[in-house]
Amino acid sequence: MSTEFWIAQSFNGLSYGALLFLLASGLSLIFGVMRIVNLAHGSYFMLGGYVGLSVALYTKSFVLACLSGAVAIALVGMGMERFFLRRLRGETLGQVLMTIGFALIFQDLALLIWGGDPYTVPVPKMLTGTVRVAGAVFPIYRIFIVGVAVVVGLALWLAMDRTRVGAMIRAAVDDGEMAQGVGINVPRVSLAVFALGAGLAALGGVIGGGFLGVYPGADFEVLPYAFVVVIVGGLGSLPGAVAGSLLVGLLDNFGKALFPELSYFTLFAPMAIILAIRPTGLFGRV
Amino acid sequence: MIGRRALLAAVVIAVLALLGPWLPAYPLTVLTQALIVAILAMSLDVLLGYTGLSSLGHAAYFGVGAYVVAIMTTEHQMGLLACLAAGVALATVTAAVFGLFAIRATGTYFLMITLALGMVIWGLAYRWVSLTKGDNGIAGIPRPAFLGLELSAPVPFYYFCLVCAALAWALMGLLVISPFGLGLRGIRGSEGRMQALGYNVWLHKYAAFVLSGVFGGFSGTLWAYYNGFVSPNDVQLVTSVETLLMVALGGSGTLIGPALGAGVIVFLKNFVSVYTKRWLLILGGVYIGVILFAPSGIVGALRGRRR
Repeated sequence: MSTEFWIAQSFNGLSYGALLFLLASGLSLIFGVMRIVNLAHGSYFMLGGYVGLSVALYTKSFVLACLSGAVAIALVGMGMERFFLRRLRGETLGQVLMTIGFALIFQDLALLIWGGDPYTVPVPKMLTGTVRVAGAVFPIYRIFIVGVAVVVGLALWLAMDRTRVGAMIRAAVDDGEMAQGVGINVPRVSLAVFALGAGLAALGGVIGGGFLGVYPGADFEVLPYAFVVVIVGGLGSLPGAVAGSLLVGLLDNFGKALFPELSYFTLFAPMAIILAIRPTGLFGRV
Repeated sequence: MIGRRALLAAVVIAVLALLGPWLPAYPLTVLTQALIVAILAMSLDVLLGYTGLSSLGHAAYFGVGAYVVAIMTTEHQMGLLACLAAGVALATVTAAVFGLFAIRATGTYFLMITLALGMVIWGLAYRWVSLTKGDNGIAGIPRPAFLGLELSAPVPFYYFCLVCAALAWALMGLLVISPFGLGLRGIRGSEGRMQALGYNVWLHKYAAFVLSGVFGGFSGTLWAYYNGFVSPNDVQLVTSVETLLMVALGGSGTLIGPALGAGVIVFLKNFVSVYTKRWLLILGGVYIGVILFAPSGIVGALRGRRR
């Protein structure tokens, strides 16, 4: 095992973790505010990738692809929350079955519209290629992903920590009933958080579509990862989502590189152990 | 109450037994499949309907049972009873270990930790290629002869599964009406109150979790023989959720309801997918429809009407 191996694998893990952060930070907020186990969250990732793909092919603009993917899927998420999930408040089993129902429908619709072939979202020329830093080679696109995740993370942190809306969301995470009692419109906050979470997952789908590709089955492939991140980090916690994403990205990469036969085991078993010791995750509160 | 239930059970089993020789081969196979899946759905009902714990990882025990049979028959040419016993035993061990992790958690956290534990088994099935053949799955699982019955023929295998399902139903039925089962229902109703009454709540939940895994594993062993093929698909999250759907569709906390729910889903799966490629769209619609329009399931709706 050379130094280059460790540097390259660490960077791969880091960049995958960055992508996971986009996917999971929204899921974590949704969990935190609404306690909804959303099994359709992976579908937002996949649908975002497909919408982004179509827009990128049609307009030749990567930025437009990212934006339209995020906005379109945010609207889908809002529709799901407003018309279907809101009435299931507190019914965990109902939410699980409802969201998996949507996940199956989305999967089939995507197959109907975009077919079964895998695609790659075309990325701008300036994001392709590699750079050499101190003898190690880094793909520019992966650096770009890390950059996007850092920007999104900072923006989320500023919004959550420094704005009025952020304070309202935090209040709803801590105690929804009390927040409602002091005059915060919790249903509206929920709707906004759901839209944000779906949009971020879709953004992750477009950006991830640039190097992982967009294909049928991507939804259920990323869903467990998003769950692991949220569970390890703690529901509704932004620092938790950061720590969870990095941990999962690195564990997954090193697991696949070092113990290919046990790679999922190396991911899920540590999570089960963390949960057994700290049922609320690393940063979560009861 | 027990008398009426036993009578109902006897009637259902008698009808199913009489159907055997008259049904054409294909419907008979589908019915066999329904019986096996019904055991799985009922086993989850012990946990979900009677104890109030919704698990997102129930396919794990099903998968462990199925994989044990697949590996033991194809690699080691083991006989039926040895395979069934080993499959159920390993599923039981899996549930016993997982239960230690899961029972501490409640509500959403229980859902998520069972999801994670289920994914551990899926990950092993998918990636531990030297043991499980990975994504390709294990094919060519032979059905042996048993007590002079050639199980490879559809009719004897149907009767074998019918006996297994009836046995599982009877055992689980006795379990849920036993004092232990009543304790579980008490926990579903109010955990704190049962604690105050001096019940060992943790032990009750843990025992229910493990027993549910035992029957889940049993169902998996039969599935391996039925299908002749085992793959990571049998262990995936969607399988766990589909089992939840069967329980919810039939009516949780009734045993017969989930068995009925299993029958409906298996029937839909086999017959609707013949006529349309959009099967997933329909299944997704069933999920949403059940939650919106029949939250207490088929049995719940029937009971509501009778009152």
